[in-house]
Amino acid sequence: MTTQAMIESDTFQAAFEALDTQSPLHELRSKGFERFRELGFPTRRDEEWRYTNIKPITTTTFKPASGSITKESITPYTLSDTSCHQMVFVNGRFAAELSDVGTLEAGVRLESIATISESSFDMIAPHLGSCAEIEREVFTALNTAFIEDGLFLLVPRDVDLEKPVHVIFITTLGSAAVVTHPRILIVAEENSRATIIETYGSDGDGVCLTNPVTEIIVGENAIIDHYKIEQESEEAYHISSLNVRQHRSSNVTSHNYSFGGRLVRNNLNCALDDEGCEATFNGLTIGHGRQHVDNYLRIDHNKPNCNSWEYYKTVLDDQSRGVFCGRIYVAPDAQKTDAKQTSMNLLLSEEASITTMPQLDIFADDVKCTHGATIGQIEESQLFYLQSRGIDKVAAKTLLIYAFANETIAEIKIEELRTRLERVLLDRLPRGELLQGGL
Amino acid sequence: MTMLEIRNLHASIEGKEILKGIDLVVNAGEVHSIMGPNGSGKSTLARVLAGEACYEVTEGEILFKGKNLLDLEPDERAREGVFMAFQYPVEVPGVSTKYFLKASVNAMRKHRGLDELDAFDFLELIKEKLKLVHMDESLLDRAVNEGFSGGEKKRAEIFQMAMLDPCLGVLDETDSGLDIDALRIVAEGVNKLRGPDRSFILITHYQRLLNYVVPDFVHVLLDGRIVRSGGKELALELEENGYSFINGEINEPVSV
Repeated sequence: MTTQAMIESDTFQAAFEALDTQSPLHELRSKGFERFRELGFPTRRDEEWRYTNIKPITTTTFKPASGSITKESITPYTLSDTSCHQMVFVNGRFAAELSDVGTLEAGVRLESIATISESSFDMIAPHLGSCAEIEREVFTALNTAFIEDGLFLLVPRDVDLEKPVHVIFITTLGSAAVVTHPRILIVAEENSRATIIETYGSDGDGVCLTNPVTEIIVGENAIIDHYKIEQESEEAYHISSLNVRQHRSSNVTSHNYSFGGRLVRNNLNCALDDEGCEATFNGLTIGHGRQHVDNYLRIDHNKPNCNSWEYYKTVLDDQSRGVFCGRIYVAPDAQKTDAKQTSMNLLLSEEASITTMPQLDIFADDVKCTHGATIGQIEESQLFYLQSRGIDKVAAKTLLIYAFANETIAEIKIEELRTRLERVLLDRLPRGELLQGGL
Repeated sequence: MTMLEIRNLHASIEGKEILKGIDLVVNAGEVHSIMGPNGSGKSTLARVLAGEACYEVTEGEILFKGKNLLDLEPDERAREGVFMAFQYPVEVPGVSTKYFLKASVNAMRKHRGLDELDAFDFLELIKEKLKLVHMDESLLDRAVNEGFSGGEKKRAEIFQMAMLDPCLGVLDETDSGLDIDALRIVAEGVNKLRGPDRSFILITHYQRLLNYVVPDFVHVLLDGRIVRSGGKELALELEENGYSFINGEINEPVSV
């Protein structure tokens, strides 16, 4: 570890020492902290961080977030008309008064990690940390060092969790920079099904580091629909990691929407560990101002006959920057792999930029793997066509941006979530109000 | 009443002069056909009228209902009543035809001081106009021109023209690439839209369309200039003799 990294990690030392050493989580935390000290923060010399400079994070002193909020502060993020199991975390801590767990199917466990680690630690112990790699990812190690609370969901064998689980993480912001390390652990047993929505938001303005880690263990033939919506303050630093491990014939769809944040990095790791798995990763990033959003995917085809699809779209305005890295690894015996990655990017200003790196590491010989990336501006011919039909230039532009971006929203199965994200998208477009009501 | 007056129009693209002094007067209710071989500047004229930005007008003027058309943005021209049916209609993925038409029709109505159409009236209007081009309502849920066959695209252009109710319809080779059935449908659509307050400029390479839409005037465009004007019989003359009889250097026959 470099001296610089040593100093930086020292700012976390005091916070680590303040943790309750009697907690059943502490052994895992200690491993995480140790690994964090060993790895140190990456620099742009590290291949995986070449295009994302985290210096603003490493040079900021963060305090643990604290404080409470009212119900009104979460209304922009809640789904009011959709029946769901709502779990709200304020500054990383479960807020029972803002949550509504509702009635669960028999055997389903939906609890805060703080609660379950005290009452039935054995239930989470085998899974927690089982697919989130502290060896490789320093931010995952950092999160692990500070696991205090978060969401635990267990869907037992053969159970269809009918209503989605909506977990909202809100940080209260102010003059001091604050940090939270939310943790989510989802265990979907054989032949079960669940939908999970993660929403990240802010209360107020200010700087924060949100460092969530999600682990999803997907049993044989289980079906998981996962949504992640980043809507934090545009001063927020957000480094997330989604880690999925799939067993035989399971099906996972991830939808990753980035609207907020100043510097956002989403690490998405998926291990297809048995035959017949299907994994879909869809993403949409809308950047403006000086936002920087980096989506870093890695899908490991470890066994034969699995399919994976990556479909990421980015729209960048002003001086915003985007990074997409979609890495597909195909193990030597993972024959009949079918993997496709697509990165489509729309740049609205001269100064916006995107770096897109589709990568295929293929060690099997009977596979179908394709990748494609496009970077473009608004098509002049389309703009002229719309104008020639009486639609003014700004409205025509808005229409074209919306049409490009909305494709990834249109497929959201939860109607209220879909309309809410459409609205979030339209709010970001000039004259977006013209398009209320959809295309 | 004069609908359109083009005076000494010169236009270039990327520094290359295509139109070299066009003069043309189109009165309300008239149908003018502009014919000429490939590369003579026919499509350039249509696009300059619609206001495509890549063409630079270097000299001359265009008056549309007395207004200087060159001062207006393409969308303003459309709202004033200029409609160009594209030679190659543009695909707009992600935007449904229905939404697109609604945005377009309402922009026109707003400009004319009319209220926006409600969903019911809009659908009625659509149904009525679709009949004109023998198209099915299922078209509305498809993205604009996306995955349309060549014939469908051209018919959709005529359908859009009917929806937008322009004063001047400029058809840029709408007949090219059509089979005879589609050609008849397109021609029939245009004929039904003819009226004392609406004028047309039919740009075509071939005479065949003019068997179905009989023009009041025919102009021959060669190398950026109108070299001959006449009545509908001029088109027949061209059919028989090709453009060569006008200019000995050009030997391209007009096929039927």
